Amino acid sequence: MGQLLLGLINGSFYAVLSLGLAVIFGLLNIINFSHGAQYMMGAFVAWMLLNYLGIGYWPALVLAPLIVGATGIVLEKVALSRLYKLDHLYGLLLTFGIALILQGLFRNYYGISGLPYQIPASLSGGQNLGFMFLPNYRAWIVVASVVVCFATWFMIEKTRLGAYLRAATENPALVGAFGINVPRMITLTYGFGVALAAFAGVLAAPIYAVNPNMGADLIIVVFAVVVIGGMGSIMGAIVTGYGLGLIEGLTRVFYPEGSAVVIFVIMAIVLLIKPEGLFGRAA
Amino acid sequence: MFRKVAIGSLALAAMGAGPVLAQDISLKLGVLNDRSGVYADLSGEGSVVAARMAVEDFGAADKGIAVEIVSADHQNKPDIASNIAREWLDAGGVDAILDVPTSSAALAVAEIVAQAGKVFLNSGAATTDLTGAQCQPTTIHWTYDTAALANGTGKAVTEAGGKKWFFLTADYAFGHALERDTTAVVTATGGEVVGQVNVPFPATDFSSFLLQAQGSGANVIGLANAGGDTVNAIKQASEFGITQAGQQLAALLMFVTDVHALGAETAQGLSLTEAFYWDQNDQTREWSARFEEIQGSKPTMVQAGVYSSTMHYLRAVEAVGSSDSKEVVAKMKATEFDDPLFGKGYVRGDGRVIHDMFLFEVKKPADSTGEWDLYDQIAVISGEDAFLPMRDECNFTK
Repeated sequence: MGQLLLGLINGSFYAVLSLGLAVIFGLLNIINFSHGAQYMMGAFVAWMLLNYLGIGYWPALVLAPLIVGATGIVLEKVALSRLYKLDHLYGLLLTFGIALILQGLFRNYYGISGLPYQIPASLSGGQNLGFMFLPNYRAWIVVASVVVCFATWFMIEKTRLGAYLRAATENPALVGAFGINVPRMITLTYGFGVALAAFAGVLAAPIYAVNPNMGADLIIVVFAVVVIGGMGSIMGAIVTGYGLGLIEGLTRVFYPEGSAVVIFVIMAIVLLIKPEGLFGRAA
Repeated sequence: MFRKVAIGSLALAAMGAGPVLAQDISLKLGVLNDRSGVYADLSGEGSVVAARMAVEDFGAADKGIAVEIVSADHQNKPDIASNIAREWLDAGGVDAILDVPTSSAALAVAEIVAQAGKVFLNSGAATTDLTGAQCQPTTIHWTYDTAALANGTGKAVTEAGGKKWFFLTADYAFGHALERDTTAVVTATGGEVVGQVNVPFPATDFSSFLLQAQGSGANVIGLANAGGDTVNAIKQASEFGITQAGQQLAALLMFVTDVHALGAETAQGLSLTEAFYWDQNDQTREWSARFEEIQGSKPTMVQAGVYSSTMHYLRAVEAVGSSDSKEVVAKMKATEFDDPLFGKGYVRGDGRVIHDMFLFEVKKPADSTGEWDLYDQIAVISGEDAFLPMRDECNFTK
């Protein structure tokens, strides 16, 4: 029971991160390999806000995604927007290169060991649930991620803005003809996806080591989650994020040595049986 | 990939120093370690700085010894380490290879250095096999090993009442070796091991494993891992209230840079074993301050070990009057040292360096006066007690 709950908590990170990836891929057709680095930047910006400006966790939870999202917008404007006409591969290579540069920069200035970041006082401590001790902060992670995931899904699938976005992906020329500024919408969407990564980074800062490689370790798993859920499927990313967190949590109890591999085994099986992913539409 | 840190000016100074010195030796030292990965802070460029400081403090140029230092990144991979070592020794004219963290890489390099008949001054690696089953006549293992860590933290914690152990073990050679050596010490001291779990390496989330440890009935959770894994495990143990609930953590390998990363708030009360801490005495403080000026952080025991081993090596070269590896290693093993950083000690026949180890406890934040003021010294473990005795499995010492 306790282990299931822990799996769900880890699933929250997978869900928020894969959601950002799915939004970017689904609407921009860019495979954003710098997502892990942007997650790392979110955590680092939270640390910088605290240590250089004395800004605490709660404002950072809003500010860090905004700041990192803004860097994403600049990146999209300056570089990514030139690649839309080309093959996916170019976007992948560019974002991968940017991830390496970002990691290298942070490693150069802050070293590899990481930086301390405390849990905010209002969320320290925890509840004894009888079967386990649940830190308040972990409970908050689940709540925050569910809210963010649902809000994102709602915005894209149920609102007028989301409808524009989806239409723009289907036929940018036609949507543009209706007087909607498609390039700006795409830029903002990329910024939003990046902001989601940074949000996950701030959530992670108090419980995982804040170091330049924190995203690189996670991004491969998150990609597997997106592939299993179906590339570009918002709902797929959310559901598989939580689901795989649970499965990984169970593996840690019954066969801990395999817990690092189990997600990739599932990915291989899903690709064999349903190549478009569990929630993907067949191309 | 290769960064030349030429001490060319020293060589020039030696040449232009008027009267020709009796000795005219030129040496090339290669610092081979992790410059970009998980061990980059505890070895990395800091070890190069330490080696350079040793050359300068020794006054090599004035003694007619020209020293050039080269460095490279082995990325913690044995195959890359082997290739660089081979290139250095066969074509690069390197006389000694320094540092080499990551046990698997160190074992590979030890063999190559032995084949080339050069000198291997290891500071960064942990495995006792370097002076055991895979010992080499050209290897000198300076700073620490898994047995010394076990005899420090493992013994102290068990004697203090931590009788029931549960291990979180990083699932690779180093983690298993550390668990094995610590288990031996724990049972010999009257404790028992009630369980363990192999954690895939590297890991970010330890909550599930910590919960298993919590349910095991153990009163000590032994962390047989290193670097980021240890930091994450401790961070999360504090979050899940493991220590508050009465279970104690024993970090079996932890460097001052890891404690710095955790912060005293989270790390307080941890006991750990190191061979060197910057704030031990005037000499360590003076050296560390100079190091910090160049490198921007306090030195780890690995970096201090690079300094001391280089110093001892250079003294032997001076005494022998040549760079001949056999003679130099024999001289190093024959001469006891009194080092500013490691105190008194000697190099044993199998290449194991015997010096004191120290048991530290991480300070409470209230007692800490600065970001690097992190340890209180609890005990001194004499070199003979800390390291394993000479073993039969080492062939050339028989």
